[in-house]
Parts: sequence; structure tokens; C-alpha cells
Amino acid sequence: MPLTAEAPPPRQDSADGASTAPLAEARRVSRRRKALRPYLLSVPAVLLCAGILYPFFLGVSYTFFDFSAQNPQPDVVGFENFATILASDEFWASARVTLLFALSATALETVLGVGVALLLNRSSLIDKLFERVLIVPLMVAPILAAIMWKLLLLPEVGWIRPIAEFFGVTGYNGTDSPVMAMVWAIVVDAWIFTPFVAIIALAGLRSLPKSPFEAASVDGASWWLTFRKLTLPMLWPYLLVAVIFRLMDNLKMFDVIFGLTSGGPGDATTTLQISAYLEAISYARYSRGLTYMFLLWALVFVISMILVKYLRRIQDRAAGV
Amino acid sequence: MSAMDHNHVIPSIAGRGLSRRRLLRIAGTATAAAASAPLLQACGFGGGAGTSGDSEANAVSGSFDWKKHKGKTVRLLMNKHPYTDALKAHRKEFEQKTGISLAIDEFPESNYFDKLTLELRSQQGNYDAFMLGAYMVWQYGPPGYLEDLQPWMDNSSATAAEFAPDDFFPALLTAGQWNFENGAPLGGDRQWMLPWGFETNTVCYRKDVFDKLGLRPAETFDELIDIAGTITKKASSAGFGDMYGIAVRGSKEWATIHPGFMTMYSRMGLTDFELADGKLVPKMNTPEAVEFTDKWAKMVADSGPSGWTSYTWYQASSDLGAGNAAMLFDADIAAYFQNEDTPAAGKLAWHPGPKGPGGSLDTNMWIWSLGMNAASSNKEAAWWFLQWATSKEHLQYAATKEQHIDAVRKSVADSAEYKDRLSAATDFVETFEQVMPQTAIQFTPQTNFFDATTSWAGALQDIYNGAGAAATLNTLASDLEGRVNS
Repeated sequence: MPLTAEAPPPRQDSADGASTAPLAEARRVSRRRKALRPYLLSVPAVLLCAGILYPFFLGVSYTFFDFSAQNPQPDVVGFENFATILASDEFWASARVTLLFALSATALETVLGVGVALLLNRSSLIDKLFERVLIVPLMVAPILAAIMWKLLLLPEVGWIRPIAEFFGVTGYNGTDSPVMAMVWAIVVDAWIFTPFVAIIALAGLRSLPKSPFEAASVDGASWWLTFRKLTLPMLWPYLLVAVIFRLMDNLKMFDVIFGLTSGGPGDATTTLQISAYLEAISYARYSRGLTYMFLLWALVFVISMILVKYLRRIQDRAAGV
Repeated sequence: MSAMDHNHVIPSIAGRGLSRRRLLRIAGTATAAAASAPLLQACGFGGGAGTSGDSEANAVSGSFDWKKHKGKTVRLLMNKHPYTDALKAHRKEFEQKTGISLAIDEFPESNYFDKLTLELRSQQGNYDAFMLGAYMVWQYGPPGYLEDLQPWMDNSSATAAEFAPDDFFPALLTAGQWNFENGAPLGGDRQWMLPWGFETNTVCYRKDVFDKLGLRPAETFDELIDIAGTITKKASSAGFGDMYGIAVRGSKEWATIHPGFMTMYSRMGLTDFELADGKLVPKMNTPEAVEFTDKWAKMVADSGPSGWTSYTWYQASSDLGAGNAAMLFDADIAAYFQNEDTPAAGKLAWHPGPKGPGGSLDTNMWIWSLGMNAASSNKEAAWWFLQWATSKEHLQYAATKEQHIDAVRKSVADSAEYKDRLSAATDFVETFEQVMPQTAIQFTPQTNFFDATTSWAGALQDIYNGAGAAATLNTLASDLEGRVNS
């Protein structure tokens, strides 16, 4: 078949400017649409970011004013709020309490969470039952859990004192002493959130490959050696996710501590979050309260960035990258 | 910057090697920063205290008519309290009398004031009237959140003839007046709240315990310490189990300072602040104040409850009702509510508490009052409600048929029906009448009251836990001096 017979007919508009105009226009619109597409696609993300960032920047902007109920027509004071707060003993005491609480509570929850996960990783009927019971504390609002524990801890009416006396502990005084107030705040936080760590650790344990453990068993490795050399390193990427979540949450913890001790006795459990609440809400010094919150945010941001970077490195190593 | 300049700048930035992503990042940051500026205005910057001269009350004319605002609704933000229960029980009378409906939102005390602060701060006028105390006036008044009620009270077109403001106990009315100058005494020509119900602070004790142990209520502070210690030591052998001597508040909040502690502190002739050269000087670290505070903390440690640092009015009064405590130095009505349906019911008696040197019975008080939101768009109807809720008509009903005590009106407090009802509570009325002449707000009015008293409570906890009283109170005074004068 001659090629000419198959050739397309010559373009009728090739010599006619008027007839090519609609096609050119269509191409131009298409090009413009193509160029706009990335921006249009990013609109939801931009709106979402604006929704998050707008209040954030608004809050940050308040830190540069001397805004309070006593001073409803504030002036710009620059970094004076930061300078005053960073120079105060109260801030550093609160920062110490915040770190002590967050690190201790996260460590306790991680150790207990892994322990519980190891116990539940046997798939017996009792384990399955406990798996369901385990999440009950997570279903209780932290402030309610704190109030419930506060009542339990009251020496005059609570249940803890008779239990302590049954085991021979004398001089129980609830959260009266600074040390015991902090200890009980950590215990209550662990009571609520250990199941969270346990669930993540359990999911991690169940996803681990079986062959290394079978090989270790054949080689006669003890349970402790297997746990130290195999289970823990392989579980660590999963566990680190739980640690990051718990640490960030504990750095910002308010309801458990405030519900239990209101930050007392003295300043023994006054975290940065409680200081911020007292300043912004109780004392109506909005700018100072927001400065506390911003400094807390900076602390959480820095620590979480370091941990997330570490998590990525661990995950890359586990993936053999 | 003109459009042309703008077009010129963007290529030049891009030309210097900025990626599109970076350009967007810069633009986003600039937009966010620019956006925050107008919102500052929208969020309340630039508000301020209103003046009474332009009060809406001045526009009300004609003869007073209870039905003038028929069909309107007044929105109330209330604390969950027996006073509110009494109001709800009597609301139909108000609605029939005026044709105004009441929409009541109630919150428990633990978060009531947080809610109120945020509502007032928003200046949206979501609520027309609310409950508050004198100390709240010192915080809500200066920024202009409260309506001055004096012009309303002064206008006979807006106020019923039977309202009778002179019928209120004068100290209660004065407690709602202030000129917003730190350290200035209460009083003046502006009324920021109307008294609704109140509490004076006295000692309530178990008379059966006192009778069995051969004790009499303390007349001095040292006697109070001794009696509390004696009860703690002897209660068990006298058949009262683990009963301890005295219950007082101890949690880290302003409310720990104002009842028993501040009452005894004042009776000892002590003050919280003094005004010198226009500045507030903390006085809680004078040698006399240090000695008193140390004794108070030791009394609680030796003869108070375990777990004291978490004690609010609720735990303290519940211990009295449950038979765990022999005395309560707190609001008279906190103990009154324990005189029914508790193991201690019928065994309680009231006493003014220890006198100070020279026989002082200076007593601090808490006044649940009603205030009007300055941002309300429904002020006339709100005032119609306020004057009815604080009227003799409602308060007589609430005090005799419900649990609305102590009465803020002299006519109610003096009525035979009221006294007859309270006669079941041993020496309640006699104690009230004894302390009432010296009952007043004992704190120095100032805008940073909540910071000062919360910090004071924290210091009291430290001393209770063994810290040196002088050093702790010196640190407190030094810290507060800067904060309350800033």
C-alpha cells in the first residue's frame, strides 16, 4: 500500500491564521492550567498550615507585648518578657521539675510497657483477656484519673493508706512531701500511659522475624542474652516511636499534675505548663503566660527534633540503608 | 511598594538563586507575620475600662415596670452552689413577675473562674450576669469587664422602690466598691457587684468531743493550738478513733489563705501589704507574721490532717462531717452543710474562734456576689434580674426555704423565720452576730491578688514541710514586691 495513501490529509489551517487561533488558545489555557496545577494542589496544605500557624504566630506575637487583664492596652516591650522570665528562679525551678517529671515518667512507662508487652506476647487465653483490660486506663480522661487518684491517696479517706499500713509502711502522708508528690505524679502518669507503650511494644514484638530467635534457641542462648542482643535491638525502632510520643506528652503534661497536686507542695511539682497556666489564666498576665508556653514549645521542639532524627537513623539502619 | 517595584524585586530575588520553595517559605512567613497584626486588635488589644458617665442606666426613663422587658432572655454564668439551687427553685416567680426568661449555665467551682475569666476576656457578651467575689473585682474591674451598677441603683426608673440598698450589711456592699488603685481601700462611688450570699470565718467544733474531753472553745491562738493537740492525742482513748484536732485548707491556691488563716492573721493585728510611696510593700515577713505563720504550720503538722497540702474547703469540711476532725476553722456555712446527713450531724457547735490581742475578732469573709458583664447587649433586662435576685423577696425565700445562707440583707438575717431555722445549729446565729461587726475583707485590694495569695499558700506548704519560716517568707516578700508593683 503506497505510503501516500496513508498519509494524513494536509492541515487545512496551515495557511489560515484565523482557524488556528482557537487551538492556540486552547493550548495556552492548557499550559496555564498545567502551570497552576501544583499551586492549586497545594491550596489545602497551605490552608491547613495557615490554620495551624496563624494562632501560633498570634501567640508568639503576644510575647512581645505587656498584655494582661491589668493592662488591656498593651505596649510593645520587645524581649522583656523573655528576659524577665529567663532571669527568674521560678522559671528554672519549673524547667527542672518539667524535665525531672518527663524523663522519669517516660523511663518508667517504657520499662513497664516493655515488661507488660513481653508478658502478653504469649497468646494464651489469659494474655488475650489482659490485652483488653490493659487499655482501660487509656480510656479514662487524664484529669479524671488524677482526681480519682487524688481521692485514693488522701490519707484520711483513701485506700492507699490502709494498704501501705498493711505492708508495714508507717507515716504515709499522701502527696504532702515534695518527693512523694513528684513520685505519685509519675506513678499516676505511668498508670494511665504504660498501656500505650505496651501496645506499641507488643505490636513490634509480634512483627519481629522468628528465625533469629529460633537460631538463638538452637544455640542455647539464655532468655536474658536473647532479650539483650536480639529482642531489644530489633524492637528499638518501634519503642522509640512510643518514647518520642510519651516524652513530648510528658514535657507538656498539665492535667495529671494539676489535678493531683496543683503544682505543690510549694513549687515541688510546678512544671512549665502549670506556670504558664497560672500566669495566663489565674493571674491574667497573658503575655507572660504565653512567653512560658513559647519557651516550653521551644524545649519540646528541640528535644523532639533530636529524637526524630535519631529515630530516622535507627530506621535507616534497620532497613540496611 | 508599587506593583512595578514588586515585579522587579521577585525576579531579582529568584535571579540570586532562591528556589521556588524557599521563595514560598519566605512569603508564607511574611504573610503569617502580617496576618497577626490585625488579629491582635480583634483579640482584644485596645480594650479598656469603661466609665460610668456613659452608663446605659442613664438612658432609662419613665416609671419603673417589672414587665418592661417581657419576652427577653437573660443568660447567666453560675457556679454550682446551693445559692444557684435556690435561684433555680424560685426562678418561676421571677419569670412570672417580669416575663424575662433565665438561661442558666452552671460550672463546678474548680473551673468556674477559669471559664468566667475567658468569657469576660473574650468581650463577646455571651453572658449577661454571673457570680463573682470581691477579689475578682480586683482582677476583672480594671480592664473594664464589669458594669458599674451604681448608676442603675441610683436611677429610680430602672430600680424598684423596694430594692433598699441600705438593707445590705454595709461591709458587704463596700466590698464591691473600689477605685482600681493598688492599695487603695475598698469603698467609693462605683459598685461592681451586689452581695448575694456570704461566708464569715469561724470555728465549728464537735461539742460531744469537747464535752467528753472537758474542753472549751479556744479564746486565744495559743489555746487553739493546745486544744487541737490535746484532741489529736486523746481522741482515740476517748473513743473517737483516729480523729485529729483541726481541719483547715492547705492546697496551693489563693483559697487556702483567705478563710481561717487570714482571719487569725488579721486578729493578730497583721497585714498582708502596706502602701508606702505609692508602692505595695509585703508584710508577711515581719517578725510577728513569721512567728504566727510558723505556729500555724506547726499546728497543722501536729494536729491537722495527713495529706494537708491537697486540702480544699471540700476535704476540710468533709472531714468534720465524717467525724475525722474535731474542729474546722473555715467558712461558717461550710460547716453548716455538714450538720445534716453526716455522722457529725447534730453534734456541731459554732464559736467565733480565738481572739487576737486586745480581743480583736477581725474576720475575713467571702461574698458570693452578682455582677453584670460590661460587654452584655442586654443590660436592662440583666439589671432587672440582678435587683430581683438580690431583693428581700428572693433572699428571704432562699434563706428560709432553701440553703441560701449567710443572709446578706439585715432584714433577712434579723427575721424570726430565718433565726428559727438556724436555731437547730448550736450557737450559729450567736456566733454570726458576734463576728459580724468586725467582718470585712481583710486583704489589701490589689490587681495581683491571686498571684500574691497563691504564692503565699505555696510558702505555707514549704514551711509545713520543714522549711524555715523566716527565710521562706523573706523570699516570698522579696519575690512579690517586684511582681505586685510591676
